[in-house]
Amino acid sequence: MSDQRLFVAALFDPEAPCPAGLTAWNGSDPARRFAVYRNNVVVSLIDALADTFPVTLELVGEEFFRAMAGVFMRAAPPGSVLLAEYGAGFPAFIERFEPARSVPYLADVARLELLRVRAFHAADADPISPARIARALADPERLPALRATCHPSLGVLRSDYAVVSLWAAHQGHGDLAQVDPFVPESALIVRVGLDVQVLALPPGGDTLVASLADGLPLGQAAALALAAREDFDLTAHLALLLRMGALTALVQPTEA
Amino acid sequence: MTMQTPFELSARGVPVRRTYSDGLPNRAGLGLKPQHFAEILATEPDLGFFEIHAENYLVAGGPFHHYLHRIRDRYPLSIHGVGLSIGAEGPLDPTHLDRLATLLDRYQPQSFSEHLAWSTHGGAFFNDLLPLPYNRVTLDRVCDHIDRTQEHLRRRMLLENPATYIEFAASTLDEAAFIAEIVQRTGCGLLLDVNNAYVSGVNHRRDPQAYIAALPLSEVGEIHLAGFAEDRDAAGAPLLIDTHGAAIAAAVWELYAFALERLGPTPTLIERDNDIPPLSVLLAEARCAERWIGYAQRDRLEISA
Repeated sequence: MSDQRLFVAALFDPEAPCPAGLTAWNGSDPARRFAVYRNNVVVSLIDALADTFPVTLELVGEEFFRAMAGVFMRAAPPGSVLLAEYGAGFPAFIERFEPARSVPYLADVARLELLRVRAFHAADADPISPARIARALADPERLPALRATCHPSLGVLRSDYAVVSLWAAHQGHGDLAQVDPFVPESALIVRVGLDVQVLALPPGGDTLVASLADGLPLGQAAALALAAREDFDLTAHLALLLRMGALTALVQPTEA
Repeated sequence: MTMQTPFELSARGVPVRRTYSDGLPNRAGLGLKPQHFAEILATEPDLGFFEIHAENYLVAGGPFHHYLHRIRDRYPLSIHGVGLSIGAEGPLDPTHLDRLATLLDRYQPQSFSEHLAWSTHGGAFFNDLLPLPYNRVTLDRVCDHIDRTQEHLRRRMLLENPATYIEFAASTLDEAAFIAEIVQRTGCGLLLDVNNAYVSGVNHRRDPQAYIAALPLSEVGEIHLAGFAEDRDAAGAPLLIDTHGAAIAAAVWELYAFALERLGPTPTLIERDNDIPPLSVLLAEARCAERWIGYAQRDRLEISA
């Protein structure tokens, strides 16, 4: 093994002896000095996860979170120098993490937080202009064929748990004690200007947005939404998306 | 903003750094932190420059680029990399070099710098600046990596001296000689981190003044100042940790004054990455650095008068 590979192996294994060939001017045990590097790496990577998943941390407490993040980090150190991308596998890890079983909604809250960070750093794009909206919606007969382009920051999360209410309660909106975590909720995450917004989407609404994001034409997306919920209100949902700047284009296939 | 002319004489009469018409101004600067974005734009504090960590801005869009564009319009900029892993055994990541080139192209910084350290191995990133032995093998490798970096980015880079906690039995060169040969072979400049010189001096019982004096000071393009934390090694000897999480220590200010006497006025960054205080606290440290830069300027004028 290379010297640096041995160094890395010892960084990530707290039980491992420190690598051979390390010295100190006073002949003191280099393990104590090596521990500074081990601590820097472990603490900074756990801190990076704590920055990305603050509500996940609050739900289980600092001590539990840091222990859980430590297990994840040792199994999956960052594969990129871009720490903003670190933690993509953390929600799936939480789902399988036996000690977190008693908090079944934890993984989905982490998924919501991951989508927020992605939205925060996503590419900039101008929302569709009012003139183009008016033109796109002018001919009702051609509405079903319209295809939308979603803002690069847009994400939809469908959960069996009350992810939006749980997350919002940790932002000071609503009383956590009043939240029933076992009510399914869907979240729309999109950056509006410089701020990432998190909204609850009713059933049907989540189907519409996810279908548009998948590239389905408006008519097909609306039909799927109606199938999910009989009283689905297409006009209200389109108005919401346009008001938030969540769509950057609405075009007929012939215009594309 | 005052720029140095090439080959001026320092107070001691030794030639001081070769400078570049587009370099950072000989003033104090601050690390740019998101919690200060809005206040900086609202108050436009009187500062020489801002410095960013390149890796934090290798994202597609959003607030980081929004604010950096506006701040870049108002201030000179230094881009400081923490992830290139110049000291790594493996080759440099060409994707990362491409990303850095794009970032440098976008923001046209007055300075680009990286570390004498490694932070990646086998595709994993450790978010820390790890140490390397100093010998002929590692020297060749580091020089090769710096050559490739400067070719790829089509500019001269500054290399930062590290803070370290251990030494290697495999080292055959001392750190200052190692750095001097890198600078001589690659033509890169030097980012003199005075805090690192002090921290490593205490940790390895080296004289930090002698260490600084042995570096190729004519090639220093920027100074870093930061705070450290105190620990002990297994024998109870002091072990200083380069945390960037505290005020600059008195001993580091003294060493800074020693360095400036030899360098003349030099762009100086107040580096704070943890426990970040209000902007006003950092601005006070920047003003303190500018007083020392002013003394160095005055000393030089007296010599040349």
